[in-house]
Amino acid sequence: MTDTLTPPEAGRRTASPVRGPRLVARLLASPLLWPVMALVVLLVVNVVATPSFLDVRLQDGHLYGNVVDIARNSAPVLLVALGMTLVIATRGIDLSVGAIAAIAGAVACTRIVGAGDEGAAATAIMACTVALAICVLLGLWNGFLVSVVGIQPIIATLVLMVAGRGLAMLVTDGQITTVNNDTFSNLASGFVLGLPLAFLVAVAMVAVTGVLTRRTALGMLIEAVGINPEASRLAGVRSRTIIWTVYVFGAVCAGLAGVIIAANTNSVNANSLGLWIELDAILAVVIGGTALTGGRFSLLGTVVGALFITTLARTIPNIGIPSEANYLFKAMVVVAVCLIQSPRARAVLRVRRTAPVARKGNPA
Amino acid sequence: MSAVTAPSSSVWDQVRSYSPPARFLPVIVTFALFLGMFGAGGLRYDGFTDPQVFLSLLLDNSFLIVLAVGMTFVILAGGIDLSVGSVVALSTMIAAKTLALGWSPYLSIVTVLVVATLLGTLMGLLIHYFEIQPFIATLAGLFLARGLTYLISVESIPITDQTFSELAFRTITLPGGYYTTWTVVIAVATVAVAAYVLARTRFGRTVYAVGGNEASALLMGLRVAVVKVGVYAISGFCAGLGGLLFALYTLSGYSLHAVGMELDAIAAVVIGGTLLTGGRGYVLGSLVGVLVLGTIQTFISFDGGLSSWWTRIAIGVLLLVFVVVQRVMTRRQP
Amino acid sequence: MTTTHEEPPVTATTPVPGERAGEPVIEMRDISITFGSVRALDRVSLRLLPGEVHALMGENGAGKSTLIKALTGVYSIDSGTIVVAGEEHAFATPAAAQAAGISTVYQEVNLVPNLTVAENMLLGREPRRLGGINVRGMNRRARETLDRLGLDIDPSSTLGDHPIAVQQLVAIARAVDVEARVLILDEPTSSLDADEVAKLFEVMRRLREDGVAIVFVSHFLDQIYEIADRMTILRNGRLVEERMVADTTQLELVQLMIGRELEVLDRLDHEHTRTSTDGPPVLKAIGLSRKGSLEATDLSLYDGEVVGVAGLLGSGRTELARLLFGADTADHGSLEIRSSRRRLRSPRHAIDRKIAFSSEDRKAEGVIGDLTVADNMMLALQASRGWLRPIPQAVRNRLVGEYIEALDIRPADPQALMRNLSGGNQQKVLLARWLITEPEVLILDEPTRGIDIGAKAQIQAKVAELARRGMSVVFISAELEEVLRLSDRVVVMRDRRKIAERPNDDVSVSDILEIIAGHGGTPSARTEEESSRD
Repeated sequence: MTDTLTPPEAGRRTASPVRGPRLVARLLASPLLWPVMALVVLLVVNVVATPSFLDVRLQDGHLYGNVVDIARNSAPVLLVALGMTLVIATRGIDLSVGAIAAIAGAVACTRIVGAGDEGAAATAIMACTVALAICVLLGLWNGFLVSVVGIQPIIATLVLMVAGRGLAMLVTDGQITTVNNDTFSNLASGFVLGLPLAFLVAVAMVAVTGVLTRRTALGMLIEAVGINPEASRLAGVRSRTIIWTVYVFGAVCAGLAGVIIAANTNSVNANSLGLWIELDAILAVVIGGTALTGGRFSLLGTVVGALFITTLARTIPNIGIPSEANYLFKAMVVVAVCLIQSPRARAVLRVRRTAPVARKGNPA
Repeated sequence: MSAVTAPSSSVWDQVRSYSPPARFLPVIVTFALFLGMFGAGGLRYDGFTDPQVFLSLLLDNSFLIVLAVGMTFVILAGGIDLSVGSVVALSTMIAAKTLALGWSPYLSIVTVLVVATLLGTLMGLLIHYFEIQPFIATLAGLFLARGLTYLISVESIPITDQTFSELAFRTITLPGGYYTTWTVVIAVATVAVAAYVLARTRFGRTVYAVGGNEASALLMGLRVAVVKVGVYAISGFCAGLGGLLFALYTLSGYSLHAVGMELDAIAAVVIGGTLLTGGRGYVLGSLVGVLVLGTIQTFISFDGGLSSWWTRIAIGVLLLVFVVVQRVMTRRQP
Repeated sequence: MTTTHEEPPVTATTPVPGERAGEPVIEMRDISITFGSVRALDRVSLRLLPGEVHALMGENGAGKSTLIKALTGVYSIDSGTIVVAGEEHAFATPAAAQAAGISTVYQEVNLVPNLTVAENMLLGREPRRLGGINVRGMNRRARETLDRLGLDIDPSSTLGDHPIAVQQLVAIARAVDVEARVLILDEPTSSLDADEVAKLFEVMRRLREDGVAIVFVSHFLDQIYEIADRMTILRNGRLVEERMVADTTQLELVQLMIGRELEVLDRLDHEHTRTSTDGPPVLKAIGLSRKGSLEATDLSLYDGEVVGVAGLLGSGRTELARLLFGADTADHGSLEIRSSRRRLRSPRHAIDRKIAFSSEDRKAEGVIGDLTVADNMMLALQASRGWLRPIPQAVRNRLVGEYIEALDIRPADPQALMRNLSGGNQQKVLLARWLITEPEVLILDEPTRGIDIGAKAQIQAKVAELARRGMSVVFISAELEEVLRLSDRVVVMRDRRKIAERPNDDVSVSDILEIIAGHGGTPSARTEEESSRD
């Protein structure tokens, strides 16, 4: 995965080729530097608090340990953030992903419960397929409102954000639906090759997205639309199709996340499933270095961002702070990242055109 | 019903006197929708048109009315505030905790309002001076307020203070044997004050100017910074006040209070005819918007056959209709 | 209009004898402003007298708006002095300039459409009563100001409900209400029709009588001659001349604005050898028009020819190009591509029909700043292939490499970010973007504006070469020498329509200048020689 993604990402970002100590220079210039550093700092804090934090042991062919748990727990946020990255790259935003996740979980669970053979693997696969198909429809709906009707993304997706949980409850009839299907629950708690299946699914999606965006022209066109919509239009880019595609993709990712969350508890509560996951996902994207103003995106950055958020959630109880304080830390992270990315805050450190205005006012 | 419209109708007339009626169209549409829904309810269910049902509508939604007032300011100025639900929770928690610690109820109230206003101001400063998008800055506020609430207490804290419970339960008897509570009076007074500020003060008109065209407002020499920070401070204050009303309503402080209430507030404002892109709308519209949301709920509670989730779906559909109509309207303009 | 243009040029630095009495309200002396490495203003001076309409003239990039912004405190000046009523000043903010009586009305109405006319005029200094706004008092005061200007507008109506022209007048009313001594009107007429302009001029005359100094920027020469008393002409950030309008013919004015360096008219090796107007045109526009931007225009393009479009800013040159490319849609008229009738609903349609268009606004409509040079080059071709069919890496590398070399793009690094390139190199990348799509018609709108001489020559040479190889090129430029050097045919535009079309055999720069200066418009605007030639 690293092999397929790193060269184009890193190569494209470093504008001038440095011949000397290339690796070091490249690492220092990488936009991934800060997110990775933050993640490392977090891990170090954990190790200081609990020296055995990073220990991983093999038992019954499965890996166990904090790191494995973090990987497993990160899957839903990672998936949602993946879709969100592309949406944000087109200057959009999708607030409805939490509601979509709830709908997907609700559909999958009710399909399994309603099936003739509740425990069969085929039932689980069919149910998940139906759930994801419905997510495609929801994504088409969002994309329609944004690209055809021309409603601002934040407003367009607010509609589904508000109505979505109602729809999910309509599906589950307001009940907390519990399912009993091994294949389904394996999606969240199963292991393949010693690694959590949920994490592997998320990583596979990242890899597929990486190939789709960087091995085809999709990534470049998404970025072009996000950076300069008018210039893209004049260059003949079909921005409507592009925008529609990213909303559908975002919805599918959210659906997959919803199914995994439901599988984790073997049940679905339409009220709480995926609550605030859209905010976590947006945070992951922003931490990963993709600007909310659209344009250049970094899938690897988003991966790091999602891991950071999950690790943070793990760190807080680990260093002896009540886990509810997680929100406080998230708030601080949001503010810190925004200030780092804010051109105004950066301008304080840089000489800009406006600076001389103030200075020249005095002598005259 | 007369109790509500009487004080506000004078403001209505004043506003009307210097604005063409076309600008009221969205509010009128919402009002018609509200009357239609209420009428339909009356035809369908016994006792729906009883004035006490309407008074209960105000009573059950007094906190939301106050939140919607603050949100109207923010949205009129072209922003959005996602933090209000969390600030409501924080406010209930601060009130419950301080009262449990034996503080004077008045000191407790002042503390809540000051903290909420400060939080709002802080977000406004981030938004204006560091050019952070309102969405993301208030997202930080959402996390911060929720986190602070958890920090105070994870468990629900009951409110047993004498003054609070008296304020919560004391009713005002109206002619005809109907009654209402002080919370309704506070909510309606908030609407009246806000309507005056928006219509008749320089600050209020600058809110419209900033929402209409921020760059122009700046070139016209208006105090854009004061307004941009000010609307978030007002929204914070309203969230604090709404939180106090919510604390009176539930007589408890709890970190899981008001989850997602910001969405209800935004929906009420939009359904009330305020343009989400800013610059157009009235605080009275937001009041009617809240009443429409409340009526949907009343409808569903009167109808045994409809499940509660239809509320959310109905709100979503209404939101969609209003957003699409707004889009069509703004597209037609030059 | 007189035609006595034999008088020696009068420059601003030498005092003009026998002019209007009175001290200048504003005197800007030797103002220089530098942005990065670009000298936007180079020792420019401007004097404004009370009770005059002073036209500020110049093409794109001449420095008009920079000068205005220097005066109104939007930009700070690097050197030079601004004297207001005998005192030296430098305004740090627009508000400070306003306080000193300098008000500006911009091309885009800078008011708030959702408030009332009265609020737009008075917000920030509205009359108050008991802490609240005194609405009645505000409306009354607005009504008084409007009456003074002879405007019949209801102060309590919503601004956005009025046409742009009325909004523009309200903007002026706001400016006047501040007791403005200096009123700057930056292209206020660009979207107004004749009646509306007449109304505006009436207001301007009233203000002039009241002793207000008005700076007037307009691209319509007739308007200048109708309303302005004096003018300052800028070119490439330098002061050309200050003149009395009555003493300057339109021909002289256009010459001063565009500038001509007669000595350097060495033609390229392009020999204007295109022969076949016999075959069907590759692109033919019949009565193409769009409300507010272009009046019905015909144009035919043949294989292997360069058609130059000459005209001042606002003449319809850019608008024509955009309609030919489908960037805007035409209200009337039709397009024929290789004799079959087509409707271009979007740039996509045009690109599919082998038409390419490079916009004059490089930054907003061409450059994708955060993408690499390679991505920028491949964008149009990739867009037409769709995202599912990426251009193979080898082909991509070959094409990018070829064009970097052929157009001498620097740095010669395909991975460099577009925004880090100089304007000239960006322009070359954009040219490459379109050449890679192998178009049959290439529309270039001011491809050489604001770029250095070297890049300019390279782009010109490339255009000549493309035409030799059979491509049909529409070349739009404000520089007439350039147009004449490259074109087989010259189309001259003015006042949003085509006013002349000449084969480029013995056309000279002065011929074109005369056509631009004299043709069309109101009879009063015509010079005598132009009338007699008709």
